[in-house]
Amino acid sequence: MKRLLTLLAFTTIGGSAQVALANSELQKHIDDPNQWAIQTGDYANLRYSKLDQINKDNVGKLQVAWTFSTGVLRGHEGAPLVVGDIMYVHTPFPNTVYALDLTKDGQILWKYEPKQDPTVIPVMCCDTVNRGVAYADNKIFLHQADTTVVALDAKTGKVIWSVKNGDPAKGETNTATVMPVKDKVLVGISGGEFGVRGSVTAYSMADGKLLWRGYSMGPDSDTLMDPEKTTHLGKPVGKDSGLTTWEGDQWRIGGGTTWGWYSYDPELNLMYYGSGNPSTWNPTQRPGDNRWSMTIWARDVDTGMAKWVYQMTPHDEWDYDGVNEMILTDQQIDGKDRKLLTHFDRNGFGYTMDRVTGELLVAEKFDPKVNWASEVVMDPKSDQYGRPQVVAQFSTEQNGEDTNSTGICPAALGSKDQQPAAYSPKTELFYVPTNHVCMDYEPFRVNYTAGQPYVGATLSMYPAADSHGGMGNFIAWDNKEGKIKWSLPEPFSVWSGALATAGDVVFYGTLEGYVKAVDAATGKELYRFKTPSGVIGNVMTYAHGGKQYVAVLSGVGGWAGIGLAAGLTNPNDGLGAVGGYAALSNYTALGGTLTVFKLPD
Amino acid sequence: MTTTRPAIPLILSVLTLFVGTAGAEDAPAPKDNITSVRSENGRYYTADDVPTFNIAKDGTVDWMTYSGFRRYHSECHVCHGPEGEGSSYAPALKNSAINLDYYAFLEVVTNGRKRVNVAENSVMPAFGENANVMCYLDDIYTYLKARGSGALPRGRPAKKEAKSDAIRDAEKSCLGSN
Repeated sequence: MKRLLTLLAFTTIGGSAQVALANSELQKHIDDPNQWAIQTGDYANLRYSKLDQINKDNVGKLQVAWTFSTGVLRGHEGAPLVVGDIMYVHTPFPNTVYALDLTKDGQILWKYEPKQDPTVIPVMCCDTVNRGVAYADNKIFLHQADTTVVALDAKTGKVIWSVKNGDPAKGETNTATVMPVKDKVLVGISGGEFGVRGSVTAYSMADGKLLWRGYSMGPDSDTLMDPEKTTHLGKPVGKDSGLTTWEGDQWRIGGGTTWGWYSYDPELNLMYYGSGNPSTWNPTQRPGDNRWSMTIWARDVDTGMAKWVYQMTPHDEWDYDGVNEMILTDQQIDGKDRKLLTHFDRNGFGYTMDRVTGELLVAEKFDPKVNWASEVVMDPKSDQYGRPQVVAQFSTEQNGEDTNSTGICPAALGSKDQQPAAYSPKTELFYVPTNHVCMDYEPFRVNYTAGQPYVGATLSMYPAADSHGGMGNFIAWDNKEGKIKWSLPEPFSVWSGALATAGDVVFYGTLEGYVKAVDAATGKELYRFKTPSGVIGNVMTYAHGGKQYVAVLSGVGGWAGIGLAAGLTNPNDGLGAVGGYAALSNYTALGGTLTVFKLPD
Repeated sequence: MTTTRPAIPLILSVLTLFVGTAGAEDAPAPKDNITSVRSENGRYYTADDVPTFNIAKDGTVDWMTYSGFRRYHSECHVCHGPEGEGSSYAPALKNSAINLDYYAFLEVVTNGRKRVNVAENSVMPAFGENANVMCYLDDIYTYLKARGSGALPRGRPAKKEAKSDAIRDAEKSCLGSN
């Protein structure tokens, strides 16, 4: 078998045979609702489980089955995996991985703790989070903070191969999970605030060999674009489109990092992801549209070639990273079956696209407070087609360097950040954790030094004015209408990934530490439990021994741990407002814990 | 021209009292690290020639404090939280600016610091080669001291002194040399 694998790595025909094998092995685990084999649950990023033992009628009786301390204090994003009888739990830096035996009350089968140079810690923007491991081909894939991608034997934790994807000395780090597809592992990179040029890289699942790398900007040979065949809103992108919209060499430190959740359509053989903000945050320093930062990408997984792109926020002026997940659904629009892609962007617009062609179908605000743009132009005949119409008052570019633009909604953390939404095919609704925060933004000139922050703006964030006073909402969204169905106000940003189930229940966590279950149809709260710390992890579910469990990592931190820990203030309100937005530190403290729920026996 | 005035006599006296009590007999006499005794081209200094802030009765802050507010929120707040308040993983620098003396503060920013053990994974990077930080170190220090002393509330300072030519020239030559 080993010889066969080696052989296959070099022959295309053999390669595709092995591809089918590796792919179907993982697909089998993904299709089994008892398991949770990759972070996103499935390739479509639905975060939907067919399990219905826990349902809207009995979820109120949920109780804690068991807990597990990770031994790490920093922010815990991502979720555990369950493959067969084993649960895999990861931690933030130092990125320890535990394999727990579910047949023996979670006894530790093996523990992997990588040795990483701690100098990577301060190079990571916004805490040392890690969004979890992935399973495929009897391996567990971990992408460490220092950008080492490692394949572990799923049964023993032994290192099978390891490869370095970036250089932390240049500010290149990792926070994201990886996506195993066919015979490849697809990985991204972080460091947009350090002038890192983003890329997606495919490594061979068998041995870690680099197969292709597509950059977010640069010449066509770097971006893997075909000037004629790669399209932007139906039109060819043209030659070197990732160069011509930049001034000079600015693209070399252009940002567009790739740290979100990836999705994949096996029929189209396309992977989907978003690229982040252009560096620096001072827009005046980088004239042009800065393609292809802030872009939705569709790439062929075998070659890496871009099939289509859509740049949501040309020439970003607010740090509205485009990295959030692309959720792939098959739904009917006007009686016709459509293959759709739905994306909730940091910029506050919810986009619905045709994922085959990259046609833009819907672009509507998913928080009514969004004010930086009036609309996205939907008329294909307009020269503004697909472009947000920027409101001059909130344009940090038009107001200029050293001018403080106030009252911009959303804030830089976006109407939604990486915390993934869920979709239920039963209700055809998306369940979206959101932020309800606005900002003042003052850009100014900065110098680039490799490996040093490259920001160039002063920000103040505060809860949206004239609203419920809280900093978050949990909403249900109709992607065909582009409308909010219901919205639950939350005192803090909702920084936890949602889970929808066939039991008509939707789960999410809150920064105070609650795990909440709500009715998928109405949003009515059915259950809440306060875990030991704030939840920035994603809720998942699995079944073992015929019993359904719901599990979540708590452990406050991440972006949310920055401003919210001390509480946000509106600088325009003066000191009197501090009490109004109480500090998160009054509600919760650090500490990583896994909490697993079940119904009473 | 603004001359010497005690920044915030009340807080100062409390501080002095506290330090005096804790210091006992063997400690050197507590030094006033906050009160501005002289100004030079828009910069303010303590009796020990350490940079400090100056806030007028109507809330007008000196340029360095205002500039420090901006630079802090570009370079530092992503780890250390808004307005020097600290985050879930990095200390509140408004306190560090009070607890460390000026030279110790400079040392940590320039060379960094590591606290990595079972309970902590805390690493301050070295900013010695980062012009965006080093050219504004006095600004950031002055701002944080104003925050930590309680003289400056949270939020953007509403009124500020004009930027002096000397400060402008120093900034230019510092950034230009990078």
